[in-house]
Amino acid sequence: MTPRRKRRLYLAGLVVLGMAGATALFLTAFQENLILFHSPTEVAQGKAPTGRTFRVGGLVKEGSLQRGDEELRVRFVVTDTAHEVPVVYNGILPDLFREGQGIVANGKLNGEGVFVAEEVLAKHDENYMPPEVTESLEKAGAQPPHGPGGPDGSPQ
Amino acid sequence: MWLWFHRLASPKHFYRVAERLNPWLGSATLVVLIVGLYWGLVIAPPDYEQGDSYRIIFVHVPAAWMSLFVYAVMAGAGAVTLVWRLKVAEAVMRAAAPLGAWFTFLALVTGSLWGKPMWGTYWVWDARLTSELILLFLYLGFIALQSAMEDRRTAARAGAVLALVGVVNIPIIHYSVEWWATLHQGPTVTKLDAPSISLTMLAPLLVMALGFLLHFATTGLIRARCELLEGEARSGWVRELARRRRT
Amino acid sequence: MQEFLYMGGYYPFVWPAYGLVLLVLIGTPVAARRRERRILRRLASQEPRGKTSA
Repeated sequence: MTPRRKRRLYLAGLVVLGMAGATALFLTAFQENLILFHSPTEVAQGKAPTGRTFRVGGLVKEGSLQRGDEELRVRFVVTDTAHEVPVVYNGILPDLFREGQGIVANGKLNGEGVFVAEEVLAKHDENYMPPEVTESLEKAGAQPPHGPGGPDGSPQ
Repeated sequence: MWLWFHRLASPKHFYRVAERLNPWLGSATLVVLIVGLYWGLVIAPPDYEQGDSYRIIFVHVPAAWMSLFVYAVMAGAGAVTLVWRLKVAEAVMRAAAPLGAWFTFLALVTGSLWGKPMWGTYWVWDARLTSELILLFLYLGFIALQSAMEDRRTAARAGAVLALVGVVNIPIIHYSVEWWATLHQGPTVTKLDAPSISLTMLAPLLVMALGFLLHFATTGLIRARCELLEGEARSGWVRELARRRRT
Repeated sequence: MQEFLYMGGYYPFVWPAYGLVLLVLIGTPVAARRRERRILRRLASQEPRGKTSA
């Protein structure tokens, strides 16, 4: 390589490294804003913002789902196994919403520590398999990737 | 081998190789994509949680992979452009950009169409979705820069710098789902332990990914030929080509 | 066939996604080929008529 090309190569490398360094600093500084949701533990520790809307994410606790008299009103508990946050929501739930399933809710904490959600999104995991496989997994007594299905029975 | 590689740096030779490869790459793309589509839409079983909606994976994930891969190609060609000033590298870089933008666009739209029924929303500003959107803007910025500058070679050099600066976004997109709490789930295929997807679904996914890759090779080489013709319009070999076309 | 098109009820999401992808996958190479032909035609029209010699 000619010295000139070598110099250009170093320069190009420097551009990439400099940019990487600047971005790393920027991302660490704004870490907080890059997080989409807070866990129930963070809520319990008071790390979640109070007085304004934020998102809380976790698993819907088994057996916690209650449907109200009105068709769309639901109450459930979001847990990260260490702490829990009770949630009320009035609206359409996504298809993947079940007990044991991960969700992200957007809303505000009221005075009694209940999270009043304006929106509930389902978070799905990275597992993909045909229904027959889960059936045989359950028969074999192995833990399926999710807890058993929601209120409407086994997930199929 | 080295000699063959070296000769590819000559626009005239590159053009001829690209021209000869075209029918092979084109037919391979067609065959692989048809097999992949049939496999993914008809043969593959539905998902235990997501039913048939998960079939969007067979176009969404290849498009998303290609959006990153094409950027890597573009940035690699950009580095060669800056260091060696090869016209062929400039052509490859400019040929790749709009295709990468299309793949990114497809990844975003198909992801959105998948997100609505499963997550309950078309869009959320989580780290994965936002960094992929930034990738689209990087591509569009590169394309705008190319058309904004008068001189082709200066434009190529400026574009190469932009492409290299944007490289930092590629690992961010990939690791976003691990570094930050996102709505988008973690990696399925590209993780260290066994992929958490049934083989009956993984196989068509990989076939589709190969189809997308071949599509990029095919279309990218045609576009690179266009770039070479435009950039070398006054050189002997292009004029010879044009003259032959006339008779 | 009906069942296939119904996609377990997810047809409003699956088919637009596939449709859009196919449109782009077909459109990009066709556009590229047309562009190449157009360039060659333009270059050919700029060449002086007559013998093919440099």
